[in-house]
Amino acid sequence: MTLELLLLLAAALFAVGLFGALSQQSVVMVMMGLELMLNGVIVAGAAFWYFLAPANADGQVLVLLVIAAMTVEMAMGFAVVTLLFRAKDVDTTDMAAELKR
Amino acid sequence: MVQLALFCLFAVVAVASGVAVFRVDSMARATYALALSFVAVGAVLLLLDLAYLGVVTVLMMVMEMAIMAVFMIMFMMNPGGLMPMSMLHNKRGALALSAVVFLALGAGALLLPWPKRRGTAPADPTQAVGEALMGPKMLVMMGIGAVLFTTIVAALVLASAHGRYDHGPYDRGGSGARQPQDRTTAEDGT
Repeated sequence: MTLELLLLLAAALFAVGLFGALSQQSVVMVMMGLELMLNGVIVAGAAFWYFLAPANADGQVLVLLVIAAMTVEMAMGFAVVTLLFRAKDVDTTDMAAELKR
Repeated sequence: MVQLALFCLFAVVAVASGVAVFRVDSMARATYALALSFVAVGAVLLLLDLAYLGVVTVLMMVMEMAIMAVFMIMFMMNPGGLMPMSMLHNKRGALALSAVVFLALGAGALLLPWPKRRGTAPADPTQAVGEALMGPKMLVMMGIGAVLFTTIVAALVLASAHGRYDHGPYDRGGSGARQPQDRTTAEDGT
């Protein structure tokens, strides 16, 4: 196991997530793409900590920060989807050009 | 050697289940594929001696995906996959851009001269991150706390039917909104 292998895994997860975030119509599926991208960032952060600077906890703190960001993204995304569905009866990005009632 | 074999296994599972998220017909299956990807990444973190972060990733993401499955069934047109349909737009463009990003990141990972490892890992990385968060990195912890609290308030305000100014169907303020009894009367046509 090397830093390069872990970064390749992170890049693959990030790229798959990017494809989902760009190509999906459903807002919930777009959120899943974003989560996969952050999944890749978690792997990269952990790899940098383990292979470059394990003595201090900066990499671990970065991973914790990304996990918190995923939680926030999920909660706000679901709230926006609920609002969008209630206001316009849609759940796709194509039909939600604006949030104004 | 065993560690490398386990890493390869978890890496393949993580990427394959990540791809499956956008390939399967059923939205519920997509959610559980994403959960599997997170579990595999949690296992990779365990291989890197990050016991706390690995377990937190697995537990949090499995719970998140359980909630996401409920939202999928609530909002998706075809949650069970009984009527396969395409929910994509600009698939070729997205595929091309993703491939370019993967190649760029992969080339960076393989070609950049990464610095040598500085220092050794502490005996207990969980204790190290705990001491960092309660000491020199306290501002990060305080920031996360404030952001999470703001998220709770903002998500409730957004998702609530009444909205920020409580102009919902049961508004009793002076905004001129109809009262529940007025609404019933109007709907009855009397």
